[in-house]
Amino acid sequence: MYPTDRLYSKDHEWIKIDGEVGTLGITEYAQDELGEVVFVELPEVGQSYDAAEEIGTIESVKAVAEVFSPVAGEIVEVNEALEDKPELVNEGPHEGGWLVKIKLAGAPEGLMDSAGYEAFVAGESA
Amino acid sequence: MVEFAGWELPVQYAGVIEEHRAVRGGVGLFDVSHMGELRVAGPGAESFLQRNTPNNVARLATGRAHYSGLMTERGTYVDDLLVYRRGDDEFLLVVNAANRERDLATLEARAGGGEGVRIEDLSDEYSLLAVQGPKASDVVSQLTPAPIGELRYYGFLEAELLGARALISRTGYTGEDGFEIYLSPEHAEQVWEAMLVAGASEGLMPAGLGARDTLRLEAAMALYGHELTEEITPLEANLGWVVKLKKGDFVGRDVLAAQKAEGLERRLAGFEIVERGIAREGHEVVVAGEVVATVTSGVWSPTLEKAIGMTYLPVALAEVGTELEIQVRKRRLAARVVKLPFYRRGE
Repeated sequence: MYPTDRLYSKDHEWIKIDGEVGTLGITEYAQDELGEVVFVELPEVGQSYDAAEEIGTIESVKAVAEVFSPVAGEIVEVNEALEDKPELVNEGPHEGGWLVKIKLAGAPEGLMDSAGYEAFVAGESA
Repeated sequence: MVEFAGWELPVQYAGVIEEHRAVRGGVGLFDVSHMGELRVAGPGAESFLQRNTPNNVARLATGRAHYSGLMTERGTYVDDLLVYRRGDDEFLLVVNAANRERDLATLEARAGGGEGVRIEDLSDEYSLLAVQGPKASDVVSQLTPAPIGELRYYGFLEAELLGARALISRTGYTGEDGFEIYLSPEHAEQVWEAMLVAGASEGLMPAGLGARDTLRLEAAMALYGHELTEEITPLEANLGWVVKLKKGDFVGRDVLAAQKAEGLERRLAGFEIVERGIAREGHEVVVAGEVVATVTSGVWSPTLEKAIGMTYLPVALAEVGTELEIQVRKRRLAARVVKLPFYRRGE
C-alpha cells in the first residue's frame, strides 16, 4: 500500500527524494483520518524551513492538520493544482495530491521506509 | 463513530460532502435514535405544557407538532424540543439526548406530582430514523400504506410501516422536505435495511452526524449546546416566533416580555468567510481590533462551497454586510455578516 520509493515520518508525511530535491505529501493513512479536504494552505516558494517545522495546513470538513516538513530545506515548488482542487489530496495523496518540493539542506534523519511506516500505522490504529 | 451522551454515533458513512449533497438533491437516511422522547399525559397535560413552554399548546391540534423549548425562569433554554399532540390529553416531547435527564427532572419538579399530569421517559422505547431530501416521500411511501405524501409540514400520523406501528412526521433538521419515523428499537434495523433497498433507485445514502451538522447549519437551525444554552433566550436566537406572549403566563415570560420591550443587546447572526479557511466553534470574532463574540458553529458549506458559521453579535454589528475578522488559529480571516438562512429550499 505504501510506495517503497520514498521515506515516511511519524507525522504521516512522505518524502520522495530525487537528487537534492524531495517531493512531499501526506500519506493515505493521514488523508483517510482527515476526511474530505477543502483547503490546503501551502508555503511560499523560496522560504526555508527546519526539519519538523510547520510548513502549512490541510483543512478538511471535520478537522485541521498541520503539515510539518520532515526535512530541512527550501521550498522550490508548490502544487498549485490544490488551490482549485484540494480533493486531489484525498484522491491521490501519494501522487497528484503532493504538496511541495523542497531543496534538501542536508540528509534526512529519523524517517521510516515503507515497511517501517506500515508497522507504525498498524500500531497507531490498534 | 463518536461517543455522545452515552450513544455511539456515526459521524459519516461515505463522506460528509457526498452525504450532504445526496440529501439536498435526492434523499438521505439518518439514525437519530439518540434523541429523547418524553410522554406528558393526563387531563392537566395541556395546561402544564402551556405553562412550561413558550409556544401555544392550546392552538396545537391532534396530529400536529410544533417547535418549542423548555425555559428557565430567566427565559433561557433548558432545552429546545418538539411537542407532538397525539390526543386531547396526550403529548410526546422530543428532546436532545444530552439534556434528557435534566428535562425530565425539570418537568417532574414543576409538575410537583399533582395537577393530573404524568411524565414518563419513553426514550428506550423509540428508535428514530430521519429520511430527508426532495425524494424522501417517494422512498417512505414504498414502506407504508399511510398517505404520508398528504402530510403537511409538521403534521404526523401513526400507522403501520413494514408491519409494525410507527409515528411518522413531516419534520426534519436539514432544511429539506422529509420525514422522521419513530418506531420500536426491535424494528429499527429491519426498517433501516428496507429503506436502503427502497431508496436505492433514488440514490439514497445513509448519512451521519457530520452531514446533519452541515445541513442544519446551512438552514440556520440552532443546535443545543452551540446556539442555544442556559444563557440564551429565543428572542436572541431569532426564535421569537415560538414565543407567544399573549397566550398567558409561562415560565420565563416576564423576562422575555421585558427583553422584547427593551430591545436586544445581541442576536444570532450568520457569517461567511471571505478568505480560505474554516472558522469553527470557539474561535473569536474580532471587530476593530476588539473581540466581540465567539463562533457558536462553523462548517464548510457543501452547497455554497465556502466556510459559514453563526455567532451572537451586538445588534449594531449584526446587520448584513458588517465586516468581521475571525481568529482561526494563527490567522485572522476576513468574514462578513450574511442573511440567514444560508440555504432555503427551492431558491
